Amino acid sequence: MTSIITRRRLTFGAAAASTLPVLGRTASAQAPLGVGFIYVGPIGDHGYSWTHDQGRLALEKEYGAKIKTSFIENVAEGPDAARALRQLAQAGNQLIFATSFGFMNPTIQVAKQFPKVKFEHATGYMRAENVATYDARFYEGRAVIGTIAGHMSKSGQAGYVASFPIPEVVMGINAFHLAARKVNPNFKTRVVWVSSWYDPAKEADAAKALIDQGADMITQHTDSPAPLQAAEQRGVYAFGQASDMRAFAPRAHLTAIVDDWSGYYIKRVREVMDGTWKSGAVWGGIKDGFVKLAPYNETMTAEARKAADAVKDAIVAGTLHPFTGELKDQKGEVRLKAGETASDEMLSKMDWYVDGIQA
Amino acid sequence: MLVSIVMTLVAASTPLLLAALGELVAEKAGVLNLGVEGMMLCGAVAGFSVAFSTGSTGAGVVAAAGAGIAAAMIFAVLALSLMANQVATGLALTIFGIGASSLVGAGFVGRTVERLGPVFPAALSQHPLLRIVFGHDILVYLSLALVAGVSFVLSRTRAGLILRAVGENDASAHAIGYPVVAIRYGAVAFGGALAGLAGACFSLALTPMWADRLTAGRGWIALALVVFSAWKPGRLLIGAYLFGAVMTLELQAKAAGVAWLAPEVLAMTPYLATIAVLTMMSLGRRTGRLDAPACLGKPFSAS
Repeated sequence: MTSIITRRRLTFGAAAASTLPVLGRTASAQAPLGVGFIYVGPIGDHGYSWTHDQGRLALEKEYGAKIKTSFIENVAEGPDAARALRQLAQAGNQLIFATSFGFMNPTIQVAKQFPKVKFEHATGYMRAENVATYDARFYEGRAVIGTIAGHMSKSGQAGYVASFPIPEVVMGINAFHLAARKVNPNFKTRVVWVSSWYDPAKEADAAKALIDQGADMITQHTDSPAPLQAAEQRGVYAFGQASDMRAFAPRAHLTAIVDDWSGYYIKRVREVMDGTWKSGAVWGGIKDGFVKLAPYNETMTAEARKAADAVKDAIVAGTLHPFTGELKDQKGEVRLKAGETASDEMLSKMDWYVDGIQA
Repeated sequence: MLVSIVMTLVAASTPLLLAALGELVAEKAGVLNLGVEGMMLCGAVAGFSVAFSTGSTGAGVVAAAGAGIAAAMIFAVLALSLMANQVATGLALTIFGIGASSLVGAGFVGRTVERLGPVFPAALSQHPLLRIVFGHDILVYLSLALVAGVSFVLSRTRAGLILRAVGENDASAHAIGYPVVAIRYGAVAFGGALAGLAGACFSLALTPMWADRLTAGRGWIALALVVFSAWKPGRLLIGAYLFGAVMTLELQAKAAGVAWLAPEVLAMTPYLATIAVLTMMSLGRRTGRLDAPACLGKPFSAS
């Protein structure tokens, strides 16, 4: 029912005129470049949509009056998204970022109707002449927090509050679990699907259910800080999602996987201005600055810190790939032979769990 | 662990119970207010902002009820005084509540307040077993007391009789001298206060923070619960706890690794339970009628 009554807030970013006196003339002679965004959640979620909006704000800071940004939040994945995208294209935006996996088909569809408008779709795999895709290797961050969980967990059991079983989420669960298993071979990861990206009360209850079942580490792939609050209340550890969430759970919050889209957004807007924009696919990780880790909690042991940093450094150096064989799935079938690393194609279609995950 | 599950269940059921009980009273007076979700959000944001600004969670609870009443009054003026269509006005109130709460809450994103704590001393509220009875926050006890109170007033008092008369036959109630519109104003205000308190359950007790659309559609479940209960407070209590139980147990089953059931099936269970109960209730009566107040949703004019 709520998806029908989505809120439409079309906000035009304040154009801070004449912040660049030298370029001011050229900028005012030309109409500012319209850059539109659609978000799946509210920008106030302090999670996924919020971090994309931080990217939009970074654009405004970078380009000032040379661009005009607008966004529509709480866009349901499906036909609503097509309507929102069309609205942004008709409003004269030349570059439009569709920031959620479920916007994929609507983006391709609307892009056909507006061949001159450039589209960027986050976390998808369908491209066109005027549709590029971009994504972040969150699984690299999840390998780091999995390592921390392996070191910090006393019960050897983590709870995973998950949204929907799409490759992105499955990949994250696997990366977390594999990293924890490297530290503790008996490590268990239990998954609860809440069938929502954003439902704070349900996310919190899912975290409590996992804690009741013996998990002393809570991690999540949903967008609100509610699981962290549940962890704080129950005295277990947890990891933030998408942004530094330590304000919500100062004791429980060990670190967070922080999304940072601003670098990519700034680069792509510059390319549109220069006329060098091309469709393509970008999948950036820790090394590219797409994925960052929030400061570690003081309570984290020196050993856990060291191990986490080592994993992070090895990923940046290219000496460690979180998905390296031998890897078996839940049924015992070998998916990756010893020494083999997963291809990007394999990752982007991942629909199986590694051995030992309870989902 | 069982104690912990029950605690979660009670906490999850309470906002549903509060919001649905308020709506039940409004509907008993013949007013269909579909704006429950909007009123809940107004209550949630008012409760949070006042608790954050004053540092007093109690003040937040009071403010939440007040904001719920204020939102309900917007509805009342439109639907009762100006006789606008109640369905459309209620839906508009929900959309308004979502937007208004987001606007007010914009400055509070990322902040937290002290969680609404248990009312009894720690010896009782932290006791491994006794906390099942004594470990809850004030809103839980208040909701239970209100069920008893509303049930008593509706069935045993003159005031309840008049309220029901207004809902069943507004013209007759008016003819024998009762102020129909004024009584409906009161019922809608009561519904707003309880919806506001339900909102406070989210922003002060369940997840002590402000985030957009914090209630995530629970207002609609509350509306369904009123029908589910056939407008009877006792049955509403059972319904709200049944719903809370299904929602909690669904997650517990997943966490415990019930693998033979697909997660999607578990996610459906609350709704399957609703359909099952509604079907059983309808079969139980030859007419299939669910005892809705006869004047529900109809505008009334004294002239």
